[in-house]
Amino acid sequence: MLVEGIKSRPVYMGLSIQPRARRHIFALEGEGAHALLDRKAALDSTALSRSEILYAPRGSQGKGNDEALRALGADMFFAAPTIATLLFRLRGTLTTAHMGTRLYIAGTEGFIGQAMIVALDHGMDHASVITEHRGSLARRVQCVHCKGVTEDVTHSPFPCGHCGLPLLVRDHYSRRLGAFQGVNIDAEEPGSAPDPEELFL
Amino acid sequence: MSGGTEIPVRVTKVTPVAHRIKRFRFERLDGRPMPYFSGGAHVIVSMNDNGHLRRNAYSLMSPPYDCSAYEISVLHVDDSRGGSSFMHEKVREGDEMRVSHPVNLFQPDWRGRKHLLIAGGIGITPFIAMMEQFSREGAQFELHYAIRSRDRGAYCEDLVAHYGRHRVKIYCDAEDNRIPVARLLDSQPLGTHLYVCGPAGLIDGVLKSGLESGWPEQNLHSERFLSSQPGKPFSIELTRSGKTVHVGHHESMLEAIESAGVDAPFLCRGGACGQCETRVALCDGKLLHNDVYLTDEEKASGRKVMLCVSRFEGKALHLDL
Repeated sequence: MLVEGIKSRPVYMGLSIQPRARRHIFALEGEGAHALLDRKAALDSTALSRSEILYAPRGSQGKGNDEALRALGADMFFAAPTIATLLFRLRGTLTTAHMGTRLYIAGTEGFIGQAMIVALDHGMDHASVITEHRGSLARRVQCVHCKGVTEDVTHSPFPCGHCGLPLLVRDHYSRRLGAFQGVNIDAEEPGSAPDPEELFL
Repeated sequence: MSGGTEIPVRVTKVTPVAHRIKRFRFERLDGRPMPYFSGGAHVIVSMNDNGHLRRNAYSLMSPPYDCSAYEISVLHVDDSRGGSSFMHEKVREGDEMRVSHPVNLFQPDWRGRKHLLIAGGIGITPFIAMMEQFSREGAQFELHYAIRSRDRGAYCEDLVAHYGRHRVKIYCDAEDNRIPVARLLDSQPLGTHLYVCGPAGLIDGVLKSGLESGWPEQNLHSERFLSSQPGKPFSIELTRSGKTVHVGHHESMLEAIESAGVDAPFLCRGGACGQCETRVALCDGKLLHNDVYLTDEEKASGRKVMLCVSRFEGKALHLDL
């Protein structure tokens, strides 16, 4: 069960390399590595000499994506053990960045949302950040009741990882939180929640 | 009435500011406070020129939180269609006039970490109100202001004295000083928004350099008030009101339609806001789109036209009005 057709649901347009950018920063997670690797043709030596690639392999660990990314020969490459480490590094990079820097984010929606929060914190306009969804459809969902965020949600309804209420996942998205909104589905009649459906694999 | 209700005001002060530039202060006839506005907003001033109604848009330059009056600065343009000549030659202190409620099509992006303002000539006016607001809110900003010569540059000394040399830079054409646009664009911290207002050449140049320096279009803002260009006279049929309107050489479609007693929608009267967008019922000829609102596809489709600045050449034009 899913509530669709809500305007705030993000749209990911795909990584298009901006030829006039003075600096390219790629924040990639898991299968998001392929979003960049597939566009090797658009990366000439000038673009690569202006590029910084940050990669967190997560579920794609051991598939060799990090080696393939390193082999591109960008100005800087950093493999992060966790998303938190990658975001910390991204913060450092953006703090000293100048206008003319473009940010590209690819990976799962949860990752895109969290990296986007860092971009917004640095005054970037969300529409100027270039994104591509790769990998699992699992969502990052905030419980509107206890405000806890549950990662990698694949079912709706699902039990909130914090307060345990059965939550219906809506397409209602918060850019500030980088998460979809989950609303208690059986508030009037506790115990009457429908069976969970696997929607976001 | 289209354009919202107007506010009856008295001209309480007319101040010469620089060569061909005067400042006008408007206070309400009923003594009540003016509505608050935000930096970058403009009003439409209605002028009764011997029974002929003229309406021009002027940026508000008084402090946005000061409701005692509105102030505008008017440049007497060389090829005036009548509006700026009227303001300079006919308007005296004590006169009664009407102004619209404020409209803002040049709103600063308050999420920005820094605001880079680029003004050319009389394009300084919206920035004067904006800077008041930036400084009150503690926002970081910098003004780069190009003038032709010292006697034509309005408010140069005042602004430098008020905000300091580190925030206000003056570039004088006559002294061979130009705004180093490319260098400025390359040295701005991430999260900077750029705003440009002034002659078309300056706006086009700055926006183009911005994109060439890798700036996203979301961070580049401009305001240009186009005035309706003269052209060949033509006639239009208004399908709903059943009237035929003749548009003269120096007149805009909107002005001609208003003179014919038809209440057409409008807001900025300068091809920017989109309010006067009108459906074309029939077009046997060529629409001359002069606005910056419609997309290129919409202009090519020939199904819509902006009454305030666009014209027509050909046999017949029917509008859904």
